[in-house]
Amino acid sequence: MPGVEGFMYPNEIELQWSVLIVLYPFLTGLVAGAFILASLERVFQVQEVKPTYRLALLTALAFLLVAPLPLQLHLGHPERSYEMYLTPHKTSAMAMFGFVYLWYLMAVLVFEIWLDYRRDIVVLSQSTTGWKRMIYRVMTLGSNNISEHALHVDERVGWVITLIGIPSAFLLHGYVGFIFGSIKANPWWSSPLMPVVFIFSAMVSGIATVMLIYMFVTWARKETIDMRCVDTIARYLLYTFIIDFGLEMLDLIHRIYESDESFRSLDFMVHTKLYVSHIVVQILLGTVTPITLLALTQVVRLGEMARKRIYALAGCLTLMGIFAMRWNVVIGGQLFSKSFLGYTTYKMGLVTREGLLMAIVLTILPLIILWGLVKLLPPWPEKNAGSLAGAAPAR
Amino acid sequence: MNAFKDAGHIFRLAAVFVCGILVFVGVRAVLVPKSFGQYGHYRGDALAEIAARPVNFAGHQACEDCHSDVLDKKKAGKHVHVNCEACHGAQAKHAEDPASVQPAKLDTAVLCVRCHEANIAKPKSFPQVASADHSSGLPCDTCHQPHSPAIDTGETAQATTPATTKVAPGGTK
Repeated sequence: MPGVEGFMYPNEIELQWSVLIVLYPFLTGLVAGAFILASLERVFQVQEVKPTYRLALLTALAFLLVAPLPLQLHLGHPERSYEMYLTPHKTSAMAMFGFVYLWYLMAVLVFEIWLDYRRDIVVLSQSTTGWKRMIYRVMTLGSNNISEHALHVDERVGWVITLIGIPSAFLLHGYVGFIFGSIKANPWWSSPLMPVVFIFSAMVSGIATVMLIYMFVTWARKETIDMRCVDTIARYLLYTFIIDFGLEMLDLIHRIYESDESFRSLDFMVHTKLYVSHIVVQILLGTVTPITLLALTQVVRLGEMARKRIYALAGCLTLMGIFAMRWNVVIGGQLFSKSFLGYTTYKMGLVTREGLLMAIVLTILPLIILWGLVKLLPPWPEKNAGSLAGAAPAR
Repeated sequence: MNAFKDAGHIFRLAAVFVCGILVFVGVRAVLVPKSFGQYGHYRGDALAEIAARPVNFAGHQACEDCHSDVLDKKKAGKHVHVNCEACHGAQAKHAEDPASVQPAKLDTAVLCVRCHEANIAKPKSFPQVASADHSSGLPCDTCHQPHSPAIDTGETAQATTPATTKVAPGGTK
């Protein structure tokens, strides 16, 4: 049979989880990572990253809105998916995740963004006209109180929400790792380290995304990139990446040392079918190279332009590496037979419901939503500081 | 009092959330069928609805009542444990009214390979062929009688025939 080597059980020949299921943990990872970066400023008082705070929140929201779409497209009956909320099965991790998603979207992200933007929303609801004014007026919920004390209340409540949001972000992405890590029938996935690795790789990808978006948006607006901010983000990216890489290597060494009955089969797969995506793209290009580049900026005194270029290159390689990691987990876990005697091939559709074109559309869609969100809620306070009687100055 | 006034917008948002939850509870009450959860995590009424659906299969005994000659032939062959309706399809209507409802003639070129097309995942002892090489598109019943498929070579009907030749991985003989 073409594409099949050795012995495969009949239901293993065709892959059930496609590139969209690769995209799904990648997108949720960006959400969790972007939010954790935003929390650095809010909870951990890292003032240097303040220019990216609002952008990180909007990025998280844009990607979170798109995150369930790959799953919807994978379902045979997407129109029934809402039943997960109506009659959730308490023993299903996926059903419970629906509520984690909703909690994170509404109680954490939307609430925090609303609190942080409330002053701007009230100002904009009075300085704009037409349909925009209508939208802003609805968003004020009929309260125009932006006195200093009211904003102080927002600040305090926002701090608490961020504090709750950090474990929620960990839960959101830890769940994705949990789903894979708890499948005991699949030795490529079944590992208690999986949720932890997923959380740290999520933080890495989210931090890299916000750094790249901030650099691109600032350049596009013809503003000066705050190098203190980007240097700090790059430093956090390096630290998180080292922990992530350390955990992945720990998992690898553990597997090699344990050498259970699946090891020879998985080892063969990594050296053949997964060689390019795992060894070359994920480890060498997507992990070792960006870590080396980022470490270089810490030990060698480089000029501003060189640092910018290195950060941009390292950020892109990081995203490529994290996507390859998701690919290797999702696709890799379906390429070998559970008999450990054979391997199949993943044939990706192009213009199909779960094909490459749809994956590209779903990757671009969050950026379009982000553009809309930035237009609606500009993350740059100086642009809409405005002045209203009784309004506290912009923070 | 001032503290409440300055936190008024928070209460408004809380009210929006409460409204959202109430709408959810209301929609849930309307959309979830009343019998859901009666016996388990499914709609209890579904059991009665499924039980009320017409039976499509006549059952082995119904076939035997009229077609005992075919059944005798089948009992002597390798297909003894294959139910009639596994190949002929559900025949309850035919059993009820044999004169006017006749089973469709089966195309053995399509039917037999459902089970006997060579596949590496099948046990080696199971008779399987690469149909394209084995019969060049001819219907299987050109040589085999489906109710007792082994070809009588004159020596013994149990002997290995082309149809039951073991195939190497990849489907070639």
